[in-house]
Formats: sequence, structure tokens, C-alpha cells
Amino acid sequence: MRPVLLSAFTMTSCLGPGLAPVRRALREGASGLAPCRFESVELETFVGEIAGVDETRLPAGLARFDCRNNRAAELGLAQDGFAAAVASAAKRVGRERIGVFIGTSTAGILQTELAYRRRGADDGSLPADFDYRRTHNTFSAAEYVRERLGLAGPCAAISTACSSSAKAFASASRLMEAGLIDAAVVGGVDTLCLTTLYGFNSLQLLSREPCRPYDAHRDGISIGEAAAFFLLERAGGDADSIALLGAGESCDAYHMSAPHPEGLGARRAMEAALGAARLQTGDIDYVNLHGTGTPSNDASEDQAVHGLFGDSIPVNSTKGMTGHTLGAAGAVEAVVSVLAIEEGRVPGSPGTRTLDPQLRARYEIAGAPRDVRRVLSNSFGFGGSNCSLVFGRLRHAA
Amino acid sequence: MNLAARIEGIGLVGPGLADWSGARDALAGRGPFTSSPTVIPAPDALPATERRRAGKCVRLSLAAGLQAAASAGRSARDMGAVFASSTGDGENLHAICEALASDDRLLSPTRFHNSVHNAPSGYWGIATGSAHAADSLAAFDASFGAGLLEAFGRIAADPRLPVLLIAYDAPYPEPLNATRPIPDSFAVALALASPAHSDRGALVSLEGAREPPTTMDDEALEGLRRNIPAARSLPLLALLARGTPGRVVIEYLDGFPLEAQVGT
Repeated sequence: MRPVLLSAFTMTSCLGPGLAPVRRALREGASGLAPCRFESVELETFVGEIAGVDETRLPAGLARFDCRNNRAAELGLAQDGFAAAVASAAKRVGRERIGVFIGTSTAGILQTELAYRRRGADDGSLPADFDYRRTHNTFSAAEYVRERLGLAGPCAAISTACSSSAKAFASASRLMEAGLIDAAVVGGVDTLCLTTLYGFNSLQLLSREPCRPYDAHRDGISIGEAAAFFLLERAGGDADSIALLGAGESCDAYHMSAPHPEGLGARRAMEAALGAARLQTGDIDYVNLHGTGTPSNDASEDQAVHGLFGDSIPVNSTKGMTGHTLGAAGAVEAVVSVLAIEEGRVPGSPGTRTLDPQLRARYEIAGAPRDVRRVLSNSFGFGGSNCSLVFGRLRHAA
Repeated sequence: MNLAARIEGIGLVGPGLADWSGARDALAGRGPFTSSPTVIPAPDALPATERRRAGKCVRLSLAAGLQAAASAGRSARDMGAVFASSTGDGENLHAICEALASDDRLLSPTRFHNSVHNAPSGYWGIATGSAHAADSLAAFDASFGAGLLEAFGRIAADPRLPVLLIAYDAPYPEPLNATRPIPDSFAVALALASPAHSDRGALVSLEGAREPPTTMDDEALEGLRRNIPAARSLPLLALLARGTPGRVVIEYLDGFPLEAQVGT
């Protein structure tokens, strides 16, 4: 594929609003995880909750979209001059030539969970103020972003569980290459809700402490929430500009909620991403793992990563900083990957203490300055949906 | 613009539309359309464990997808897949929301993994063994158009890999049905291949349109088109059923319809 320019990006998570706290966390190895106090949830686990979501207000004209998930989107879009960068691109190429592709797993399902507590006593109906389309529906976050940014091009929610927002990059790139659009806003918005907290609890996949990817004693994930956005453009930029160099996707065709034990699907996604970028494994300087911190996910991904890269390339997971932001994880970790290149630094892996001796890839717990030219980032989801992305400066494209 | 594909095969499951070959005459206007409740075939392609767990959307998408692959004379194992749906498994979601609103919030693991929008894609992979890339998209009423663009985008990016587009919707139970009424289950599947690698089936190219969407002459079919997002495909299916070249405008996003040119 032709490299796609990342001309603006931003991310809001439990680390804080915008890129500045992410840069700080990458340098200092900080974590935003804290004991779960979300809503009425009674689970002994840690979460990565965005501060200030509940206080965020949507613009008056978009009040029908009001729900926690779209408030997170609004808070995210307001950071780092992102909305202004999109407006400027819309002036250049036309608002109907900019697509919107947003990854999410649960969109505003919390709104429905809350509405089910307020059903009519007589007929069980949902309250009149409940707006299914603009809050609960999977498309709601994508539609909100499109309307908020005043765009008029193609638009879709990508919802493949935890690979959603990584795959949004691939979808947008294809339609840009086919000439349907000149630019795209891609990203992920996923926020805390009872379905995912109690759902992952039912699978016994929630860690009782901040998650510890690759640790010998890892015991599950910490759920996080985030809104992360990129503006992709076909043209422009200089040799130093950072671009998406390749994207690769695959399916496990194995099980609904467990990864392939040997990581075959994961490996095929990575190979496809390298192939699309016309790069070899030796061209990659850092792999940002999916690295959720469950015993089986990390073991499966290690088989795939070690099988492909051996132990020559630093790898780790940054989910100890942000938690697992599910449908937003691909976009969040795209931000981490790009900042690793910009800052010349492999980030650290807070939470991880003692590496699992069974895992063989070169996992680095502590962050360190390094010449990071190209990064491969993994995102894998339920249903065996895998996506790998390769980022690098244009001058390091093949 | 480079969004073109050959439609090598079609699958259809809907009210009064048992399968593509049986539905052709009614869609082409050569015979009457009689609506009757959708009958969703059993998911025989799944292993026993998954068959027990499969919800309505899994069964719908599997039936339509396999029908399209078979009529294209291809194995689904060798195809990529794009799933598009406005909703998900409504009965499963309703059960989850009821449990979460109760004093006992425990969910079953199966309920949870069936709740993801890409559950049909996951089950599809298990049933067909296809390890190729698969997408799951949602765009509310525009979901069929979104899936069409995605599938054509995949064909353009990797012309060697045929792609199945599977668009489906199923009704919610109450009380959600009142907020999002969908009259019955409907699924359509198109087996697509690059014109550079296939000369079978109608050649279809896509672009943005400026005109209002094409409607169905038959009132009942037009009712389906308007009320089920996946049935926004009906004008395209009607043109394909007639087997003649032409063009239709497919309802997509507000102010952004899609034009499909059908050649030979």
C-alpha cells in the first residue's frame, strides 16, 4: 500500500486529556489505572477511567447524542487542535471528501444499561428521553464525530471488538487509495460500561490489580476507556512526517473468545502488515504488543511475535499505562507508536515486575531512549479478529 | 475512482424471500411478491458447541453467506468477508441489559462473547475455516452502503482475493423494538471478485450519487427496503434479478447516496 500521512492526532485516556500526559507517561512509565469506582460496579478490579467525562457537555445542536461515550469523544476531539486541523483539511479537499471510520466495541451501551433501570412499571417501556440511535447504536460515536466535525463523506463504525480501531486505519486507507476520499478521520472511542466489566468478569479475565502484561503472575486485564483520533491524508508532508506504512489483517477461525494457542492468526496479521509496507522484520525497531495481561493472550501473542521476530527486537505492552481500552486500543496504541518514533524512545511497561520465563520475545519492562524508525503495533479481538499496523517516517518507507 | 467488482453469486434470506433463486422473479417484477415471516435455516455448518450458542444474526449471516459462495462456485474458506449490520443480536443484548439492571448482575461467558458486533464474523470463521481478513461494520440505516464500500475497497486493494459481503439485520425484542423497530430478519450476501480476475456475473461499479434513492415498485418490497437497513440492497438486487444493464441509486448516508452501475 501507499504510505498514508498522519497529519494530526490526539488521544484522551486515564492518563489525561491530549498528548502531553501521554508523552510524560512514556518518559516516566506512569500508569493511570486505579481501583474501580465506576458507577455502581462492585468488582474487585482496576480501571483506567478518563477524568472529566461526566462534566463534558456536547454542543447544543448535538444534545441528542448526549451519553458518556459521546462525551468522551467530545473531550477527545477538543484536544491538541485536532478539530481545527480537520476543519483546515476540509477547506483544502472538501468536507464530502473526508471519511470517518471510528472503532468501538460498545459505543454508548451504558445509556441502555441505565435506561433498563428506568423501565415503565406498566409496560416495561424504556424512558422517553432514551435516544437509541444516537447513544446506544454501534454507529453513534462515528455519527457524532462526523456531525461534530461537519464532515459529509463516507462514514462507518468498525466493530470487531478489540481490533476495531486498528482496522479503521485499514478501511480508511483502502478507500483513500481507491480514490473515493482524499482524507479520513479515524480513531476509536470506547468507554466504561457494565456489559464489558461484568462480561470480562464472567470470563474470569479481570485482574485484581493493575494489569501486568508478560508477568509470570499476570492474572488478567484492566479495562480502560479512551478517545483517540487521527487525521489521515493521501498527500503532503515531508520526509520527516510520520505515516501509516502498512496494515495487515487476519482471522483466527478458531474460537469466539480464546486466541489461537500458537498465535497463527496473529502471525499472519503481522506478516501481512510487513508485506503491505514492503518491509522485513529487521526493519522494525519496536513492537507494541496487544499484550492484554491474560495468561493465554500473552502466551499466544508471544508465540507469534517470537516466531516472527525472534528475540532481537524490543517489544512490550503499554496497557499497564492506559488499561485495555478495547475498541479504542488500536488507535490508542497507534498514538503510543507514533510518539515512540517522535520521542526516540521505547516506552516502559508499568505494572510488569517479573517476566514470565515461558515467554521468549525480548520484552522490555523499563523504557529507554532508542532510535525508533518504525513500529509495528498489534490489536487482536474476540471472534479471532487480528490487525497489525506499521508506522514510520516517510523517509523510512520502503 | 476504482470501485468495481463482479457479483459472482448472491444469497438472500428474508420475509417471503427464502433464497435468491426463489426470489428472483418477484424481485424482477416477473411474478408476485408474497410476504411471510422469515425462515432462518439451521446453522449446520457449525460444530455442535457453536451451533447451540449461535444466535439469530449468526444463523442469518451464515445462511446468506454460504448461499452466495455456493452460487459463485467458490469455497467460503478462500474468501475474505465483510459483515455489515445496523444492530447485533437483540435477544442477547436484551438479556444482558435485564441482568445488569437486576440485583444479580452475573452474565454467562457465552452471552458476553455473543454480544460483540463481530460475533457473526467469529462464528463464520469457525464454520468456514476462512482465515482471511473479515470486517464488521455498522452505520445505522446506512449499514448496507457502508458494507458495500468496504467490500469494494477490499477488492480494489487486493484484487486476487474474492470477498463476501454479508449484510443482515434482525428485530429487537421489546422494549428495544419500540425504539428501533425492524419488522423481520433479513440478510443479503454478495460474492464479489475483481474484474481483473473474474469474468463471471454482473460487473458493478460504485460512486457517489446526487439523486434520491431508487425505490421498489412493489409496495411490500418497498416497505422492507425502507424499514430494514440490509434491505436497502433491494433495488440493486431487483436490477440484478432482471439481468439487464442499468443503474440504481442505493440509499446510504443522508445526503450521500451511492450509485451502482450494473454492466454485463
